[in-house]
Amino acid sequence: MTEFEMKLKAAEKAVGLGKLSRRDFIQFVMASGVTLAAAQAMFTRAARAEPKKGGTFKAAVGHGQTTDSLDPATWSNGFTFAWGKSVMGAPLVQISPKNEVIPHVAESFEPSDGAKKWVFKIKKGITFHNGKTLTADDVVATINYHIGPDSKSPAKGVLSNLVSAKADGPDTVVFELSGGNADFPYLVSDYHLAMYPSEGGKIQWEKGIGAGPYILKSFEPGVKMTAERNPNYFGTTYFDAIELLSIIDVAARTNAYLSGEVHFIDRADPKTIDIVKNAPNTSLYNVSGTALYSAPMLVDQAPFDKLEVRQALKWAINRQELVDKILYGYGSAGNDNMLAPSLKYAIQPEPVYTYDPEKAKSLLKKAGMENLKVDLSASDAAFPGGVDAALLMAEQAKAAGIEINVVREPNDSYWDNVWIKKPWCQCYWGGRPTADAFLSISMAADAAWNDTRWKNPRFNELLVAARAETDEAKRQAMYAECQQLVHDDGGQVVLMFNNYVGALSNAIGHGEFNTDFDHDGGFMYERWWMA
Amino acid sequence: MHPVLKTVLQRLGLGLLTLFVVSVMIFASLEMLPGGFAEAILGQGATPETVAAFNHQLGLDRPAALRYFEWIGNVLHGDFGYSYAGAGGSIKKSVSAIIAPRLYNTFFLAIMTAIFAVPLALFLGIMAALHRNSLFDRAVNAATLTTIATPEFFIAYLLMFFFAIQLKWFPSLSTVSEGTSLLEHIYRAALPSITLTLVIVAHMMRMTRAALINLLASPYMEMARLKGVSQRDAIIHHALPNAWAPIATVIAFNLAYLVVGVVVVEVVFVYPGIGQLMVDSVSSRNMPVVQACALIFAATYILLNLSADIVSIVTNPRLLHPK
Amino acid sequence: MTAQAPQLRSVRARRTFWENTKRTLASAPISAWFGMIVILIYVLAAIFAPWLAPHGEAEVVGKAYQPAGEQFFLGTDQIGRDLFSRLIYGARNTIGIAFLTTLLSFAIGGTLGVLTALKRGWLDQAISRVVDAFLAIPVLIFALMLLAVAGKSILNLILILALLDSTRVFRLARATALNVVVMDYVEAAKLRGEKMGWIIFKEVLPNILPPLITEFGLRFCFVFLTIAALSFLGVGIQPPTADWGSMVAESKTLITFPVRTFPWIPAPFYPAMAIALLTVAINFVVDWFLHKTSGLRDEK
Repeated sequence: MTEFEMKLKAAEKAVGLGKLSRRDFIQFVMASGVTLAAAQAMFTRAARAEPKKGGTFKAAVGHGQTTDSLDPATWSNGFTFAWGKSVMGAPLVQISPKNEVIPHVAESFEPSDGAKKWVFKIKKGITFHNGKTLTADDVVATINYHIGPDSKSPAKGVLSNLVSAKADGPDTVVFELSGGNADFPYLVSDYHLAMYPSEGGKIQWEKGIGAGPYILKSFEPGVKMTAERNPNYFGTTYFDAIELLSIIDVAARTNAYLSGEVHFIDRADPKTIDIVKNAPNTSLYNVSGTALYSAPMLVDQAPFDKLEVRQALKWAINRQELVDKILYGYGSAGNDNMLAPSLKYAIQPEPVYTYDPEKAKSLLKKAGMENLKVDLSASDAAFPGGVDAALLMAEQAKAAGIEINVVREPNDSYWDNVWIKKPWCQCYWGGRPTADAFLSISMAADAAWNDTRWKNPRFNELLVAARAETDEAKRQAMYAECQQLVHDDGGQVVLMFNNYVGALSNAIGHGEFNTDFDHDGGFMYERWWMA
Repeated sequence: MHPVLKTVLQRLGLGLLTLFVVSVMIFASLEMLPGGFAEAILGQGATPETVAAFNHQLGLDRPAALRYFEWIGNVLHGDFGYSYAGAGGSIKKSVSAIIAPRLYNTFFLAIMTAIFAVPLALFLGIMAALHRNSLFDRAVNAATLTTIATPEFFIAYLLMFFFAIQLKWFPSLSTVSEGTSLLEHIYRAALPSITLTLVIVAHMMRMTRAALINLLASPYMEMARLKGVSQRDAIIHHALPNAWAPIATVIAFNLAYLVVGVVVVEVVFVYPGIGQLMVDSVSSRNMPVVQACALIFAATYILLNLSADIVSIVTNPRLLHPK
Repeated sequence: MTAQAPQLRSVRARRTFWENTKRTLASAPISAWFGMIVILIYVLAAIFAPWLAPHGEAEVVGKAYQPAGEQFFLGTDQIGRDLFSRLIYGARNTIGIAFLTTLLSFAIGGTLGVLTALKRGWLDQAISRVVDAFLAIPVLIFALMLLAVAGKSILNLILILALLDSTRVFRLARATALNVVVMDYVEAAKLRGEKMGWIIFKEVLPNILPPLITEFGLRFCFVFLTIAALSFLGVGIQPPTADWGSMVAESKTLITFPVRTFPWIPAPFYPAMAIALLTVAINFVVDWFLHKTSGLRDEK
């Protein structure tokens, strides 16, 4: 950063806090050769940075179904996921834009016994929307609802190491784990784990009463939900009310934005992004997150059981072309490392898999597998543009003498019948807050979502050891080796990291964005404001 | 008993039979579809344990035949059951409560469209038959053909582009909810309605024209002409009464289409109708909702066709008074 | 009619087939000529697709959505395939599928419709109930379900669409045939002891042909549209097979943003225009045919 940029940042901050006048600010930036018009625009932008209360925030998202419900165990899409983070719900902790854990319902948390035991202190005086005070019992009931034996909650997988949660007095909860986990606080930031009022150890979610910043006003599944500010919210929030629309069709969603019906849309179509970008009063919401599109191979099935075949396919795919044509440049090429560069402990394993059909050819020759023919199960349910991506891959692999037969699978039932069932298919991974969370859930030998059935003893050993390791340098080294193993030996073809791309009206003010999920990590309702 | 009344009663009875056949067909297809409600809802989050827990909660781990008879037994008592979604909590959402507002929206759009489209189609069809091979005939023909020849969503997006984005006459989103006033509802549903009008007018108009022209060659039309009746009177007073049967059939087809076939338009304009609900419920294997939607669709269809058949009988003396 | 018929037949018998065809064509109006020429071009494109198309059906030859220019006559599609080549291959697939489907649906639906109208009784009731059940389920949703059950090969697609369409044809054929079977000449044929096939094909069918032919023209085109709608809802023809309906659906987001995005008409318009043009052409020819079979002399 140059000296001027640093000064500018400071000046902008001062404007945001109202400490620098418009006149002084404009004089300051014009001194560096900026035109008057540009300087005025910069001031407006800086002034907007100051949060203020009021207004109704309207957003349209490309998710939502008529089967959505208020049951936190069923939340799984972009319409419902934020409810537990910053709408009706409030979890124990939140994630900051810097990807750090911030205490939320919990006031503090302390590990002991090699991070096998965690003690969470609950903030005093938090009330639910119905006036009931939040106690440790509610926290325990909430957690038990998700990890119980007949739970259908995806959070069960996230908390698979959790043995028990017990209340110790009205404002202390003790978590016992089966093995040490230094990242445990990250896990309880999961969006399913919003606190709900309990009675007799059972939580009551049916009315949408939580402890979060907004009180549910109306909810039509697959259409719309509205909520109003919770006047007794223990945190900070700005909007008076929010309105969330489900518009699955991307053209309809884009038009809803362009015709001014909403302030924000997610999942803009990259094909038409230029139109959105040039619309009046609009900023592009473009966040490079930790989400990725992949093509997992089952390493216990022929021909993917041969290392040379896996590597040949990795070299035979032009990931940059995929980024250009599927993401229209809004993303970055993968290198068969599941961890996005923005995650802590992420490395860039060598050699970087670029497009090298000759290398692929020679690898196949070595394995005696020339003229390889493989099926690739593709679907737009795996990720938007999945079928097109597969067709491109088929064309690219031709140069290496590999014939990829693209099989378009049905959108519904894709996750049930194709993923982890067909030898080579497509998949997407949403954000996970930590290296451990990501690797444990997708690559560990016994993980339910180990979609390559890759069982590398060394990797699994390192993963468990690193989880409990508190020495930063050692931990870093362990995770580096893990990533290298996945890169070299694993069946995961990480095609690309997709940016979260949307359109955001300049009428909305915001701080730095979270990168772990779309919608500012799910915190847009709580953290954004009317500028 | 009057033959028409007899037919009506007979057909209503048969209609019930049809409904039963439909429910069996739908249930069987749903059972044959890969995956179940739990897998569909949990998506990527489905693990064998969570799926089993979900299925047990919903009673989906019992044999299919048992579930079917349990369901139809309840339906015979007027109880359409509860949606699978949200089950497990103390507040279950009954299927009727989910369907009612969407059904209203669907019928609203259908009636609003029919009021414009049917008279328009008949008028254009009769005019085209009257002025056969004229410039008007050819122009209407080419125009209606082009509209049927274009995918529905294509027309919908084009209308959206011109009327919502460029001219800003109508909203691009047709979201309505229970509190929406009648005028607001009409305003919001305008673009979907115009889209559907363009789609169905062509079909109805062409059939009207074809049916009329078909009759122009009949001996009695020749007779009428020889008697010196004008072309106009010949068509309106002599041909039209005999052309009602095929015209009524096509109108019934299209009216049924307005209720059951508009899922694409609903998706494009985000109109909360019943088609979208059914597609969603099919892909999430939400059996009670799918069945209820299917039965509503089927009943609509049966009643409309019964009306078409009655028109056929009433306008054909030979059918009205069989030998 | 009865007095003139033998005379006409004897006159025509002396003309050869080609002379007859020539005479018929010479009397065709401009619209029919336009229709026939368009259909001919489409059919030629379908047959000679591999020789006419500059690039392969699935070949990626450039960047995504390149504008039309010297390199690509009509530009490229969403992953950089030559649009013109795909349109030509699309003619082959789209027309082939639609033709087979429609033919099959008319063979099943038309025959059964007339048969039941003639026979009435339990056969009519049984078939009508099953058909009613089929008809009573929305075609798109039912097609989605059946395709998911049966698997999405092109053969399955044709069979399922033909089955669903045939119920529609049945309904129309039966309704129109009902008006004809009560006519005296059908009664007479029955009394003469004619076989059922003879009555269907010689007495009833010719008299209900005009509405059926109109329906054929429309049904044929509806097949493209159904496939387009299925693609829109995420189920369609297995890629990379080029099909106009799917091609429109693949680029659907560009429809609401014409001209502004690209200097030339964007990708979804070409396949949509291809469908529209063919539909208009077919129906012009159908109209002419309808006019001829109606027995009306030209009043011009």
